[in-house]
Amino acid sequence: MNIANIGNGWETALTIAGLALVSLVTRCFFLIPEREVPLPEWLKRGLKVAPLAALTAVVVPEIVMTQGHLIQTWHDARLPAVAAATLYYLWRPGVLGPLLAGLAFFLPLRLLLGW
Amino acid sequence: MTPLRALLKDPDFRRGASEMLAFGPGIAAWGLVTGVAMVKSGLSVPLAIFMSLAVYAGSAQLAALPMLAAGAPMWVVWAAAFCVNLRFVIYSAQWRVFFEHLPRNRRLLYGYFAADLNLIVFQRAYPRAQREAGQLPFFIGGTVAVWLCWQLPSLLGIVLADVIPTRWGLGFAGTLAVLGLTYGLLSDRSTWVAAVVAGTAAVAAFALPLKLNILVAIAAAVAAGLMIEQAGRAGERLKGNS
Repeated sequence: MNIANIGNGWETALTIAGLALVSLVTRCFFLIPEREVPLPEWLKRGLKVAPLAALTAVVVPEIVMTQGHLIQTWHDARLPAVAAATLYYLWRPGVLGPLLAGLAFFLPLRLLLGW
Repeated sequence: MTPLRALLKDPDFRRGASEMLAFGPGIAAWGLVTGVAMVKSGLSVPLAIFMSLAVYAGSAQLAALPMLAAGAPMWVVWAAAFCVNLRFVIYSAQWRVFFEHLPRNRRLLYGYFAADLNLIVFQRAYPRAQREAGQLPFFIGGTVAVWLCWQLPSLLGIVLADVIPTRWGLGFAGTLAVLGLTYGLLSDRSTWVAAVVAGTAAVAAFALPLKLNILVAIAAAVAAGLMIEQAGRAGERLKGNS
């Protein structure tokens, strides 16, 4: 890509400032009005799983898809890495341990074998 | 004591920060990757720093970069970021319970800093979804932790963009971190159902633009949860009648 074809000019700065406003408005959407916007009780209960659902929705495609398609080969460094991370998690739950266990498989396979 | 020092010594603040720091490595890996990506897509270093500090929403930033590079009209970039951020609109309804009593300025300040992980860790600490003592310092501790774990590596990535090779696939470290985090949230049947349904829906709807597959996944998981709840109640009623 042609480096430095964007990144100059006030227009880009203004676009970025607008993006900051988008962050503010979306994150504060239901916090802005003084009076509560009534949401039905069942919806509030149901939405409790929303953050978990969003996390899973981010992670699963990152693991099983390549450029919009399910991966077709076992020669993919992500699969052993996820297996290692999962086994490590079953042994010792946590975040850092499974992360390092996964990377211990991922990096050699990716860098040495090109998986 | 000054208010700041009092806050730093507050046990709830410290708990909020330390529970979040467990996810620090994953947040940091993603922040680093996002920082590198901003500069590699052609953004100048000062503008990349401005974007990181002001926008503070990794997925929206990553979605906006190719559009900026392609010279898309401003409003198109903003609309795209809004779509990518739609999950935050849902989260804000959940934050409302805890922030409702605060003045609006304060609500907006807190809302702006509330990332995905903040809600997850907060919900785990306060599953009853009602106001309790110590919640605000806990929340602030978590936001400070996420902010530092994200912004410092992001700035590092911006400065070192030309040195860090992308083929290392560092972004996958972030995925692995979120994987461990997700496992930790799978506590009972309803969370398992939500995760399986959301994961499947996200893959099935992956072709949708602007990460809207995440929204589809949320909707599917919420609907599945409510259906199971209804079925459970019907089952209870049947047992009660027999």
